[in-house]
Amino acid sequence: MSANTDVKTYTGFRFMTILCLVILYAPLAVVTVYSFNASSSITVWEGMSLRWYVDVFVGPESAKFKQAAFNSFSIAIIAASLATAIATAAATAIVRGGRYKLRVPSLGLITLPIMVPEIVLAVSTLIFFNSIGFTRGYLTILVAHTAFCIPFAYLPIQARMQGIEDTYEHAAMDLYATKAKAFRRILLPLMMPGIISGFLLAFIVSLDDFIITNFVKGAGIETLPTAIFGSVKQGLKPNIMAISTMLLGLSVVMVTISHFVSKWDNTK
Amino acid sequence: MAGVAASGGSVAADTYAKARHWLLAPSWLVLGFFVFAPVCVMLIYSFLTKEFRGGVIWEFSFAAYDQFFFDRGLFGDAEPTLQWTYISVFWRSIWQAGLATILSLLIGFPTAYFIATRPEGSRAFWVFLVTIPYWVNLLIRTVSMKFLLRDEGPLNELLINIGLINDPLHIIYTNLAVQLGLFYSYLPFMVLPIYASIERYNFTMSEAAADLYATKWTALRRIILPAVKPGVIAGCILVFVPSLGAFLAPDLLGGAKNFMIGSLIEEQFKGNAGNWPFGAAASMVLLTMVVVILLIFARQQRRAEAQS
Repeated sequence: MSANTDVKTYTGFRFMTILCLVILYAPLAVVTVYSFNASSSITVWEGMSLRWYVDVFVGPESAKFKQAAFNSFSIAIIAASLATAIATAAATAIVRGGRYKLRVPSLGLITLPIMVPEIVLAVSTLIFFNSIGFTRGYLTILVAHTAFCIPFAYLPIQARMQGIEDTYEHAAMDLYATKAKAFRRILLPLMMPGIISGFLLAFIVSLDDFIITNFVKGAGIETLPTAIFGSVKQGLKPNIMAISTMLLGLSVVMVTISHFVSKWDNTK
Repeated sequence: MAGVAASGGSVAADTYAKARHWLLAPSWLVLGFFVFAPVCVMLIYSFLTKEFRGGVIWEFSFAAYDQFFFDRGLFGDAEPTLQWTYISVFWRSIWQAGLATILSLLIGFPTAYFIATRPEGSRAFWVFLVTIPYWVNLLIRTVSMKFLLRDEGPLNELLINIGLINDPLHIIYTNLAVQLGLFYSYLPFMVLPIYASIERYNFTMSEAAADLYATKWTALRRIILPAVKPGVIAGCILVFVPSLGAFLAPDLLGGAKNFMIGSLIEEQFKGNAGNWPFGAAASMVLLTMVVVILLIFARQQRRAEAQS
């Protein structure tokens, strides 16, 4: 056994892994720590305080942040729900629809938003809305988010459905369940972990998006990322670090939930 | 991830074959109308004439591509010579993205290898640890990087306090800052595919190499690396492609000299000063580059699959 692990182990690889994790987490940790800084300067440390968290909610810029947060969360919830419903239907057709000509092109279309560079997607969406005379605002953001969230919702749902054997539905139909009933009562509940996981990922992707939103939002409407970007352009401020830390925490919690839900085995 | 999506899994199950077109209709409608059609419209826009307040005049023209590649002098009547301004922006983006990819590979490969050689039960935990930062808002991660790298930021403070340097390092607003930002943005993309291929690697091959008196590093170079090459290439593409069109890292961490494709495109659509057809043409050039890279990659993966 020791000889075996010896062939596998390379000196320095453990160190590189630790270095990798330090690089990944250090900037986030530093911002989190400094968001609790009592000082109004971002450089000087003056002790722990929740001052900037309070500032986010009641400070001079709080109205702007609340409006941006409302836009961000409402768009993320609606876009992720629509994308999840569309992705669930598409996954059923692709995983349970047999072999047919449109299958591979459909998969290509669904994964298109991840293949095309984000800035290109942003430009083309802006140009498209402009050419059909769709005034930029809340609705354009919502539509664009729904479209690019589909692949993120789709992939975990497809992965889950592939793991469920079709014997379950066949058993139900042998017992005179209709196909619709077999879908609703058997396949859908079994797929739930994949669907929840897909919804959460789509939600985070929508909540986080900056580039596409920045192009299609039009004047006068902000989401959290565009508001943060506008603020950072004028210099780093402690209240931005408090907002960033809250969003960061939310992402970590949601990804953790998504991770454990997708592993949850309810086929037994 | 890409591999699974491309194959779509087994095609044996056909319970819902009759409803498949109805089930696919919503995704075709939404993606066809709001992703595929816009890319086509963008292609058309790149051949239109610019309007001075932003927007376009519906008149066919090669002007956007001409401006991208050729210089015709101040009044547009000189002999066309190759215009380097925009080509050099693309060239800079290519090597910035390339350096970020190499940096990710140097850190990502040992990490992926280390995770893949952990006991089976703990691997998922390590992978999870590497993926979490990816899901944190890219803007927030880039802002964090900016905060860390500033002249009077925590990194310089730390280095001065432990006596490594006397004066702060000027990292922010340099090419290095942009490379670090890109590297930081996409590092998890490097680790995951390499990890997946090392996990499938059969370590008895390394043992055989050791029995034949190969040193460990020879075994790594001659046995392991060729075996996991598809994963390494996939990781490099997943870092290189998004880095190429990145906007946030060059915009927030770079200075005026570190202009990349993303900023060049963004500028064309900002306010009234922009040039929409030119922005569309630059986007088309970027999209073409990405499609070519992905096609070469797909061919390579198919060849690797045929070999194994």
